Amino acid sequence: MTDKQPLRLHVPEPKARPGESPDFSDIVIPPAGALRRPAFDEADHTMREHAFGMIRVLDDNGLAVGEWDPKLSDEMLIKGLRAMLLTRTYDERMMRVQRQGKTSFYMKCTGEEAVAVAQALALDAGDMLFPSYRQQGLLIARDWSLVDMMCQVYNNTKDRLKGRQLPIMYSVKDAGFFSISGNLGTQFPQAVGWAMASALKGDTRIAATWVGDGTTAEADFHYALTFATVYQAPVILNVVNNQWAISSFQGFAGGEQTTFAARAVGYGLPGLRVDGNDFLAVYAATQWAAQRARANHGPTLIEFYTYRAAPHSTSDDPSAYRPEGESLRWPLGDPITRFQQHLIAKGIWSDEQHAALTQELDEYVRAAQKEAESYGTLGVKPASAATMFEDVFKEVPEHLIRQRQELGV
Amino acid sequence: MARMSMIQAINSAIDIMLERDNNTVVFGEDVGYFGGVFRCTAGLQKKYGTHRVFDSPIAEGGILATAIGMGVYGLRPVVEIQFADYIYPAFDQLVSEAARLRYRSGGEFWAPITVRSPCGGGIFGGQTHSQSPEAIFTHVCGLKTVIPSNPIDAKGLLIAAIEDDDPVIFFEPKRIYNGPFEGYHDRPLVPWSKHELGEVPEGYYRIELGKAAIVRAGTEVTVLSYGTMVHVALAGVAEAGVDAEVIDLRTLSPLDIDCIVASVKKTGRCVIVHEATRTGGFGAELSAQVQEQCFMHLEAQIVRVAGWDTPYPHAFEWEYFPGPDRVKRALLKVMEN
Repeated sequence: MTDKQPLRLHVPEPKARPGESPDFSDIVIPPAGALRRPAFDEADHTMREHAFGMIRVLDDNGLAVGEWDPKLSDEMLIKGLRAMLLTRTYDERMMRVQRQGKTSFYMKCTGEEAVAVAQALALDAGDMLFPSYRQQGLLIARDWSLVDMMCQVYNNTKDRLKGRQLPIMYSVKDAGFFSISGNLGTQFPQAVGWAMASALKGDTRIAATWVGDGTTAEADFHYALTFATVYQAPVILNVVNNQWAISSFQGFAGGEQTTFAARAVGYGLPGLRVDGNDFLAVYAATQWAAQRARANHGPTLIEFYTYRAAPHSTSDDPSAYRPEGESLRWPLGDPITRFQQHLIAKGIWSDEQHAALTQELDEYVRAAQKEAESYGTLGVKPASAATMFEDVFKEVPEHLIRQRQELGV
Repeated sequence: MARMSMIQAINSAIDIMLERDNNTVVFGEDVGYFGGVFRCTAGLQKKYGTHRVFDSPIAEGGILATAIGMGVYGLRPVVEIQFADYIYPAFDQLVSEAARLRYRSGGEFWAPITVRSPCGGGIFGGQTHSQSPEAIFTHVCGLKTVIPSNPIDAKGLLIAAIEDDDPVIFFEPKRIYNGPFEGYHDRPLVPWSKHELGEVPEGYYRIELGKAAIVRAGTEVTVLSYGTMVHVALAGVAEAGVDAEVIDLRTLSPLDIDCIVASVKKTGRCVIVHEATRTGGFGAELSAQVQEQCFMHLEAQIVRVAGWDTPYPHAFEWEYFPGPDRVKRALLKVMEN
């Protein structure tokens, strides 16, 4: 006989599944303005509440409150709204062309536009970005050509990546936007290496990188935090916690037990948990981390708390694993709607202006689509198949020349 | 010219590249202040400072990932993986990232990394300090794989590797760090200082990647080998008493297939010698290519001499290690036809 209890394995389960009512009752949303804004050089151990609370600026009435209000110019506010709306318009259009069979694959960032857009605007143009696959807003906020992005999605004759990459795996060196990898998380420690190089050369540029909540489970995430803290690299490490990694909720990355921002605590670097649907909070947190990095006070880990309103990709069907309408019940709302409300409350925007902008951007994206499609859609070969033997190495080696000849091109 | 062991030749190559190119940086586990567990970076941190030569966390995946980031920035990282056996945590960064970056970005981004790593057995290192994983890397398009067999090649090849704009895996057979090893574990080692290939130019020179060397000219059979096994192959040839042409491949990828084919067409026979496990080893690729290109010239079957398909067993090191006697038997077998 034994008095020992049988062991029990805990397998995480989200609060609600299809057919059930969305349930966000366990999510604690602190009021806007509740957290103080530490000095940019404050020691990480005196600001641990920032890893567990939530930096929020926009309150329920659309007003900016508290120390984290970045007090942006009207011009910057409207620029931010425009870039978020353009990102959403672009996504909707590309989703549609995928459904029309003009490309094979697409990924929207609906509900997460504030993260990439506000961050791109808070960083300097020369700062290097190591994105994951849902940060198209970075390129759009950096005013990169939509036509160029679409040509990649179409793998057409103007695709700078020569038809080699899955749609949306952009690479834009001229915009400081690193080549996206389909292997999750690899860019996280690479960004740290880039930042280390910048620091050891006495440069002034910093790096920023993004992963999702699910990818924090990868070893690369921990390599990044280790190297970043060891060498105090000038890098901003962003976790976009959009609650879902395809069908796995963030509990499978450890989100049930603590926050993702709290991962920073064990590494001795500041962790900020931020309302990811609050443009001003995203901007302010990024600005703080950038100032800290530029002043040689090292890296910051930021968790953006948001919700993936879109399917994972065009190959995904969320109705198979999460309740319908969950995104509409998301307690932090929609980033564009909230920001629009703020601009209206501030008296610098109106519903009429918003409708006009929506119309303008729709036409702008349609025009870009028309131009991009004039260079072909998927199925129109981007170039001669001979090009597929190029860039494996800097110079095409003899064995690849022979294989190209074998193919007959 | 100076007398150098392979360790000193490697140190000299890195020293020269740190001196010539401000963008060269060296890092890895224990490589900084201490100078590496095999002393390959001894004295370099003192000479160039901690911004050029530094220690890293024990995280091979992190070492490779940060090296890629530095390469993208414009640096030329030379990293050390302390033993080839420890390279696997870095596999994803090497295979999916370093090797593919230029291709997937349409030539926009690349990472000119050199990954140095001691490989091979014969040092009583047990199964986690003895492996020869080169074939895993030669299978990956976008990587170059180099394995020198002596100090003069090691220095010239390493300089060429560091200057190369593609990622290079540079395996250093640690059994021959201090002197050539012919496979006779019960005989005293002759140090490189008493060997003509230990006579190394002190300054800068390159040995181009992708070029094999004929280390013994012959007419009856071609022996393909690299690293430590070049010396074992030469010993096996001497024991067999055949007029073999022994080729040191030096670079496995890109492979100097023209040199190999010319030799086999001349001799009509081919024996392949490597220390790595046989199945799926680089010998399989060599055998396939020789068969494809020299079939009508072959007088006998192609024979591989390789490590057994087992992990490297500590107590049975010399039963595992493919020594000169096994090379001799292979040579005599192909000479029967």
